[in-house]
Amino acid sequence: MKIDWAALGSVFLIALVAVAVVTSLFAVGVRGLAARTVAREGGGDGTAGLTTAVACFTVCAAVVGYGVYLIMA
Amino acid sequence: MDLSLIVIVVVVAALAFDFTNGFHDTANAMATSIATGALKPKVAVAISAVLNLVGAFLSIEVAKTISGGIVDDAKITPVVIFAGLVGAIIWNLLTWLFGLPSSSSHALFGGLIGATWIASGADAVRFTAVVEKVLIPAVASPLVAGLVAILGTFLVYKITAKARQDVVSKSFKTAQALSASLVSLAHGTNDAQKTMGVITLTLISSGALASGSAPPLWVILSAGLAIALGTYLGGWRIIRTMGKKITEIETPQGFAAETSAAVTILASSHLGFALSTTHVCSGGVIGSGVGRKLAEVRWGVAGRMVIAWLLTLPAAAIIGAIASEVAGAGSLGTILVGVIGVVLALLIYLWSRRNPVTASNVNEPERQPVPVGAA
Repeated sequence: MKIDWAALGSVFLIALVAVAVVTSLFAVGVRGLAARTVAREGGGDGTAGLTTAVACFTVCAAVVGYGVYLIMA
Repeated sequence: MDLSLIVIVVVVAALAFDFTNGFHDTANAMATSIATGALKPKVAVAISAVLNLVGAFLSIEVAKTISGGIVDDAKITPVVIFAGLVGAIIWNLLTWLFGLPSSSSHALFGGLIGATWIASGADAVRFTAVVEKVLIPAVASPLVAGLVAILGTFLVYKITAKARQDVVSKSFKTAQALSASLVSLAHGTNDAQKTMGVITLTLISSGALASGSAPPLWVILSAGLAIALGTYLGGWRIIRTMGKKITEIETPQGFAAETSAAVTILASSHLGFALSTTHVCSGGVIGSGVGRKLAEVRWGVAGRMVIAWLLTLPAAAIIGAIASEVAGAGSLGTILVGVIGVVLALLIYLWSRRNPVTASNVNEPERQPVPVGAA
């Protein structure tokens, strides 16, 4: 019996890093959306929050797109 | 194409297994979205069904060997495959009855191991391969996905802690629908393949197809449809366990659990360390419960689930072995196994009707059993 520790380790590390990046980015994007809502209610335009949100969600979408590409390839 | 009776029987059994596979595994992708209300139950299973069907067509990777080297492929006959499938189907139905998310792949492997053992002796079973391809992934999958989900959940809550909670909750609802869809798609590319492999191999072994053939279109279509239909009918009992019983899930947790599951499945299938989809998704849910402050993980439920995981392979093997013994006795035996299999499936279904779980009550707490005579 042999355990392929290298393969298992790389699955773990890559999953850990990818999830950390995607969830963090998305959470920052959500925070941007929330900031925009608060700003608009206070009479501001909330552009900064919206910009952050759009940027973060775009990167997330790209990562998901890469995931779908991996499934198809 | 001249198809003998046994080949037709195997094809029907394989599609039946595919169907149970579908409704057993709907929970993997959709349980947390249904539990948080991110998707309406019927909508969730419909999306999952469509993506499973799409997934069946997407992947070009054909399951060349149904057994993955666990049993000696040269010693597999259509009767052995049939007996193995019966073992897998019965175990899938039993675990569904008790609402336990067990691995359909393990059930299939177990059934084949038991059936092969009886038909060709223990030598035809490669136990080292069983340990490497089934046991180690079974332990590693929930650990990897669980740890990843703990980190993901922690980050999501940490970063959004001071933001407006109504916006946060709404945003993660949308996110969850997307992450759940990704899990469904990944599932379709994996699991429908197994059934296609079984049917194709049977057709090849009976001479209906040339050796090394790719699955014919009708095989891809019927396998995709069977898994999609099973998914759409939804294993509500298992969905309730994963979405409600293990831990109470909020939308950010659901998002973290599903993202962790999807990423772990993708990473594992592309780096050559095969993990079990069911175990990964359950691990993700548990991890998301550990990662949120104040969330309570019901370890009793998790423990029962782990016991079901441990039992899946040997239990399916025993049923497969019995089926193999009877079916090996000739055509009459094979027919007998088929009839008994259908009767058992019906009995389990009727039993489930005594306490039905459907799209309308999937998010309600479990009904307490009514004492005999009180109802």
